[in-house]
Amino acid sequence: MSVPFYVPAEQITKDKADYARKGIARGRPLIVLEYTGGIAFVAENPSTHLHKVAELYDRIAFAAVGRFSEFENLRQAGVRLADIRGYAYGREDVSSRSIANAYSQTLGQIFIQEFKPYEVELCVAEVGIEGAPNSLYHVVFDGNVFDRKGFLAMGGQSEDLNGELQRSYDEGLDLDGVLQLAMRVLRQAGTAGESGSRLEVALLERDRPRRSFRRLSQEDVESRAGEPAS
Amino acid sequence: MRNPFEGPKLFSPSFVDALRAYAPELLEVPGSGGTMPQVPHGTTVAAIRFADGVAMGGDRRATEGMTIAQRDIEKVFPADEFSAVAIAGAAGPAIEMVRLFQTELEHYEKIEGFPLSLEGKANKLGQMVRGNLPLAMQGLVVLPLFCGYDIRRDTGRIFRYDVTGGRWEDADYHASGSGGKDARASLKKRYRSDMEADVAVDVLMEALYDAADEDAGTGGPDLVRGIFPVVATVTRRGYQRVADDELRKAAERVMAARTRGEG
Repeated sequence: MSVPFYVPAEQITKDKADYARKGIARGRPLIVLEYTGGIAFVAENPSTHLHKVAELYDRIAFAAVGRFSEFENLRQAGVRLADIRGYAYGREDVSSRSIANAYSQTLGQIFIQEFKPYEVELCVAEVGIEGAPNSLYHVVFDGNVFDRKGFLAMGGQSEDLNGELQRSYDEGLDLDGVLQLAMRVLRQAGTAGESGSRLEVALLERDRPRRSFRRLSQEDVESRAGEPAS
Repeated sequence: MRNPFEGPKLFSPSFVDALRAYAPELLEVPGSGGTMPQVPHGTTVAAIRFADGVAMGGDRRATEGMTIAQRDIEKVFPADEFSAVAIAGAAGPAIEMVRLFQTELEHYEKIEGFPLSLEGKANKLGQMVRGNLPLAMQGLVVLPLFCGYDIRRDTGRIFRYDVTGGRWEDADYHASGSGGKDARASLKKRYRSDMEADVAVDVLMEALYDAADEDAGTGGPDLVRGIFPVVATVTRRGYQRVADDELRKAAERVMAARTRGEG
């Protein structure tokens, strides 16, 4: 029997992280922004059917960048977890924190155990009601979770985008304001406006009863942001 | 409950399949020997088509043998944005079936990204009624009435079920439960295919009044407590519950006509 070469854990982890980071950086960006009436998701997505943003539960949404097959798998498992919890207990017992935790555990385990890590980065967002604050959980490929406030950019050029959002974001913005901001920073980063680029926009609206998730059509986005969305 | 993130991949968009895979204990119905004790039963529910959609209504009484178990039980529920379900029969399993059905429709919509067709929803409910057959054999019969707006065909549709999960579509109206026969007789006389929504609500109210008149298990409008049958409409604009004060007026119109000796 041949003895495998010794590779330090540090090296394996670094190689896997580099691999995942490279895969994610190749994709198009996605921006999550809190506005006065809820949370907005703006993703560059050429497809009208393969969504990057989706509903998980009444007040909770999922947004992801990276490999579609991998995050779609995670999305479906998240919907199952949320629906089973809500059915077994009560609708208000489903929380973004426990779903984000499940994603973190899963991605962490895959990162350590599997030959290839998942090339995905995702956000579990919950719109707060009755004065409660919103939650934005940012889960990355190795299972790390970050609690974000106000805004979050993921995917390609996310560093530039986060830097630009840091400078321009203001928590008093309304929906039109955050859409205009999202489109401006995407254009500055030079990704929006390429051929075939299309924006997928969805919202978690605080005042919508029960299921607060809603998609905006291309026309809605254009009229609100005051300029062509692509 | 097992972790939905682990184990073999589940390809089904069905919530019942997800429960079977990850939390089968939530679907289990413990078998029981001997005779079933008396449990609350909901009674009369009815549905009727009108020009723009369908209306559905149910009285508010639950009975336990000869006793009134509840005066303000609700038997009409939104199944999703474009459909409604009403249930006559054993109240406990009925309300649980509605909850499972509502979750099933929402789950499918979230997993697939678009809702089931009305036909698909009606078939799914039939499978759930069939799943209740062992309980039905012990006397806990659950008989739903399902209606909705079929976006693809641009029309309202009504479905009824039997204990075995058999599914039949009714072209115009149907009523089931202990007062169902009386409500049907009433609906038959007043049904017009080109009715507007407000007329359909009046017709349903009168049918439930007639059922309460003839059937001991069905409750009529309760003016003392302000309890009226629940009525909802489903149209192109979605599910809408008729407001309580409109129902009060509809009930008062029926009673005023009866007081004058009409009907």
